[in-house]
Amino acid sequence: MPTRGFALPSLAAVFSCIAIVAIVAGGAPASHAATLDEAIQGLSAKSYKDRAVGVEVLAATGHPRTIPILEAMAKGQLFVRKADGVLVIGHKTGKVYSLTNALDGSAVGDARKKELKKVKVNNRLRGVIKAALGGLTLLSDDPDQREEAAAAVFAARDAGALETVEQAIAREEDPGLLDQLTLAKAAIETNPDFPLDVRLAAVERLSESALPEVRSLLASLSQESEPDAEVRASAAEALDAVERDLAFWNLLGAIFQGLSLGSVLLLAAVGLAITFGVMGVINMAHGELVMLGAYTTYVVQQLFRDFAPGGLDYSLAVAVPAAFLVAGAAGVAIERSVIRWLYGRPFETLLATWGLSLILQQLVRTVFGPTNREVSSPSWLSGAFETATGLVLPYNRVAIIIFSLLVVAGIALVLRRTALGLYMRAVTQNRSMASSMGIRTGWVDAATFGLGAGIAGVAGVALSQIDNVSPNLGQAYIVDSFMVVVFGGVGNLWGTLVGAMSLGVINKFLEPFAGAVLAKILVLVAIILFIQKRPRGLFALKGRAAES
Amino acid sequence: MVVRSVLVDLLAGNRGGQILLAVLLAAVVVVPISNLLLPEDSVLHVPTYVVSLMGKYLTFALLALSVDLIWGYAGVLSLGHGAFFALGGYAMGMYMMRQIGDRGVYGHPELPDFMVFLDWKELPWYWQGFDWFPFAIIMALVVPGALALVFGWFAFRSRVTGVYLSIITQAMTFALMLAFFRNDMGFGGNNGLTDFKDLLGFNLQADGTRVALFCASAAAVALGYLLGRFIVRSRAGRVLVAVRDAETRVRFLGYRVEHYKLFVFVLSAMLAGLAGALYVPQVGIINPSEFAPAASIEIVVWVAVGGRGSLYGAVLGAILVNYAKTVFTGVLPDMWLFVLGGLFIAVTLFLPKGLVGTVPVFKRAGARWRRRSGRARSPESAP
Repeated sequence: MPTRGFALPSLAAVFSCIAIVAIVAGGAPASHAATLDEAIQGLSAKSYKDRAVGVEVLAATGHPRTIPILEAMAKGQLFVRKADGVLVIGHKTGKVYSLTNALDGSAVGDARKKELKKVKVNNRLRGVIKAALGGLTLLSDDPDQREEAAAAVFAARDAGALETVEQAIAREEDPGLLDQLTLAKAAIETNPDFPLDVRLAAVERLSESALPEVRSLLASLSQESEPDAEVRASAAEALDAVERDLAFWNLLGAIFQGLSLGSVLLLAAVGLAITFGVMGVINMAHGELVMLGAYTTYVVQQLFRDFAPGGLDYSLAVAVPAAFLVAGAAGVAIERSVIRWLYGRPFETLLATWGLSLILQQLVRTVFGPTNREVSSPSWLSGAFETATGLVLPYNRVAIIIFSLLVVAGIALVLRRTALGLYMRAVTQNRSMASSMGIRTGWVDAATFGLGAGIAGVAGVALSQIDNVSPNLGQAYIVDSFMVVVFGGVGNLWGTLVGAMSLGVINKFLEPFAGAVLAKILVLVAIILFIQKRPRGLFALKGRAAES
Repeated sequence: MVVRSVLVDLLAGNRGGQILLAVLLAAVVVVPISNLLLPEDSVLHVPTYVVSLMGKYLTFALLALSVDLIWGYAGVLSLGHGAFFALGGYAMGMYMMRQIGDRGVYGHPELPDFMVFLDWKELPWYWQGFDWFPFAIIMALVVPGALALVFGWFAFRSRVTGVYLSIITQAMTFALMLAFFRNDMGFGGNNGLTDFKDLLGFNLQADGTRVALFCASAAAVALGYLLGRFIVRSRAGRVLVAVRDAETRVRFLGYRVEHYKLFVFVLSAMLAGLAGALYVPQVGIINPSEFAPAASIEIVVWVAVGGRGSLYGAVLGAILVNYAKTVFTGVLPDMWLFVLGGLFIAVTLFLPKGLVGTVPVFKRAGARWRRRSGRARSPESAP
């Protein structure tokens, strides 16, 4: 099919009408430049009606110039130069109009008002132009523009855009955009001008989406203002379905956020579960070991920046073992110098490690300064999964959930499957017996504490991705992580896991009703009450280990 | 007569307590004379800001005393005493806010500035009555006491002991801190309560008011000490010490351990509340940072430095540590946390009984030295 009726050097509306029919029937886009010249002539037709047709013909060309031309027309800035009949866009500058050729946008000098004949528009025509503009970008090559246009068409629900929308649907390849376009089509088809079955089908289509604008459209269709009772009922039903859907996705979103918070708590608490749970040592400096891990991440990243900028994206892979070693070494040093003198004196341990935490904080503040340090996220962690229903799952949050589970699994492996784990459990259960079996209990103590501290350092790497790296980093988590350990049950990795995740989820479920701060307070109060009921936590150790 | 005999009884053979009361008495006599009567250029004149500073130390001493009562004698390490202190302080702060009247920035006759700022129309119900001084003082005691009663009743009844109790008291003060940071709690949010003008009609900036507050603090420490001493020397006090050392055994002997603990916990919270009420007019502000868990742990270290389980040791520790804090934050602000942290570690490692615990060591060493030197001087007198 060649260039259809446009080839005729005609201004007549009747030909234009044929052209539109041809486009709709053919479903293929018109080739641009060849027909623009002719198409714009239709704009200056005698009657408003003919001009409206002209607008649609022009819009159907999909040529980039049509947008400025139609915008100028809507604003009353489109003129015909009386001398030669050329269509120009005029901007009033002083007493004269400076003109540009409507066809190609080139400047074509000035003219006084009486040399020009304005292309008049009325309100109906303005509406046609607006719909045409929306439809135009629907056919654009830029997907972003198409998306915007689909939203505009959806909002306008102008029946005039229907053909263009159908055209756009036919050629759209992106599934997400296709979804939006069919929604826009359905939105148009809910207009009372359409036959009942089309409208009902459209409502049916709309009920598949949970977008807020779809909901408001359905809501307006279910109102009294809607003339057809059947449509009203079906819209109300669809709205219900959408609301249910939305509630479901909101629930999923809250669970995800809760798990995300829970995984952070888990990371902060799991090292504590070892030192507090296995060794019975209250380590108030645990948060500061987390902070050391975060600062190690910062230093590693700076080193990469200076010496291997290409590998910056992979600095985290180096930071994890580095943080484990730094914090672990600090932990062993703390254990050998302070804690080993205080076994069996929990209050004293608590106070001494609190003192250590103050010293570590001030040390970091002295070395790195009191301000926050910038730790950038690698490119493979930025961005998010997004679903059409408005659920957003940032990659770094997902990564932290996975990472925290890996860490717990790793610790479980070490405790269950390695010689060190065996010694640790032996020393925990019966120190003197373990000692008489030839286990060097002092060495095992140091290694256990070092393991817990190293895990804290690894937690710091993860936290550096979502929180400010500052000397106060550890303080923010210390109360929460103790709550997790106490809630989950001391000396129990599984309890820590369940405790952290459930606290995270409970917190996020309370937030919509109570606000972030009040939710936290409520959770703290709930834990305090819970401990009254089960002083040993969710998963208390049973049997002899529970004595003491 | 009864009072006198009780006093003699409480102080007999208690050198530390005698010294403490003597020093407090001397301070109450000397400081007012020096500040109010001596000319400003006199060497012996104590400037007003020093009077307030010492008054502040004394309120800390009372706070430390309350912690020692519960930690040193009942073996309950509370990491939430800062909360009781702050609640007492807020009660006093509310009274003084009401005393501002229409002299606030917005000049509202009824509402404190921050409520006008929040566009509140009337005083919340829990602010009612705080314009009456006796009510505010009673609240400074009752509110912390009630919190301690409820919290302790739950905790002790279900036998939450040891570090578990420490951790949940810490969670309690943390939760309260978060709550008081909220503007719609009606306690001034982040900024707390400040810009106080006067107390019982006396201008807070006047020297006389400051000296009076100092004397009230000293008297409160003295009375707190005597009350604490009375309790620990009573039969209940002996049971408490037994609970501290062997809780299960005491329970098996038929004592209701939780009742004893609860009694001393509530009393201790009320003393802390009183300390807070005396603290606020002397520093001129109360804000949610007083609820910070770190603040509560710091109190414990005062007691640990002085020596737990002697009451006067807590007073000594609170004053010494806070004096050191004033000095260091003035001269080397960066060093203070190192010093404080080092203090925590050094005391737990090397001075498990605190400074007071070193006295017998010195005494023994002195006695040994005297014996040896006596022997050296008069060898013939030796048998």
